[in-house]
Amino acid sequence: MKRTFNQLLRVFILFALVSVTVISCKPKIKDTDIESKIQANTALSSIVASVKDGVVTLSGEVKDDAEKAMVETTVKAIEGVKQVVNNCTIAPPPPPPAPPVITADDPLTKGITDALKDFPKVKATAADGVITVTGETTKAEWKKIKMALDALHPKKVIANELKIK
Amino acid sequence: MALQDKYKELTDAATAAGVGNLQVREQGGVLYIDGEAPSGAVKDNLWNIYDKIDPNFLSGDLVMNINVSAAVPGAKVKVVTEKSNLNIRKGPGTDQPIVGKAAHNEIITLVSKSSDQWWLVRTNDGEEGYSYAQYLAPVE
Repeated sequence: MKRTFNQLLRVFILFALVSVTVISCKPKIKDTDIESKIQANTALSSIVASVKDGVVTLSGEVKDDAEKAMVETTVKAIEGVKQVVNNCTIAPPPPPPAPPVITADDPLTKGITDALKDFPKVKATAADGVITVTGETTKAEWKKIKMALDALHPKKVIANELKIK
Repeated sequence: MALQDKYKELTDAATAAGVGNLQVREQGGVLYIDGEAPSGAVKDNLWNIYDKIDPNFLSGDLVMNINVSAAVPGAKVKVVTEKSNLNIRKGPGTDQPIVGKAAHNEIITLVSKSSDQWWLVRTNDGEEGYSYAQYLAPVE
């Protein structure tokens, strides 16, 4: 009985040794292979990668944190990559759009006069760039008036007193 | 950002229709949308969407200035008055003397733009002067 157990143990150890040897004999993935895989990936086109012994160091500019994480996950998934050092920097946000330019009250008043010439029942005044519309009109006319007033670059157009028939 | 969400359908439609120089800015509780529509139909559609989101444009939270980019100097423009003739004036303003008239539906020439509101036009008879731009639509 004891002998049988020893035999079994020997077979088991032998099997274990062979398995380890087979696994470690798997062809080693070269750093240059990893590099070319990174370069071939269009999602990583803005990224500079250097590879040494399976450790990939990433640099370059990404849009945001999400992209930085995505880049890292993508590279980690490449066969042979042991570790990723993510030195990517996040690009500064684009400058905010220029603020709207509000027309001064004098040209605004002149613009209102011109815009309302054909709508005698509608009145409008300008104060601090705000146009306040009163009187009465039809829906179709009001649309034309609002188009014309918005084109004057006011701060806003208040028309809650306007009667639309 | 709330106003940009409210009018998202409008700005999305403007982008999809190829509105050029599209600028969308929110300031002091008002959203400002500026841009150049490729055609009068695109502009009309945007105003219809605006009317749908804010019926009768009464909220006072949007200033929308969409020009039609086809209206360039030298282009033919049609007089789109309700039914009357269009005044042609000596200078840009309703306080300027009338120097001529263009008939309803007449097609005349845009010479130059004095402003978004007043365009220098020339009739087929050679009369030249300023007309109110809202009554002129580029011929497409």
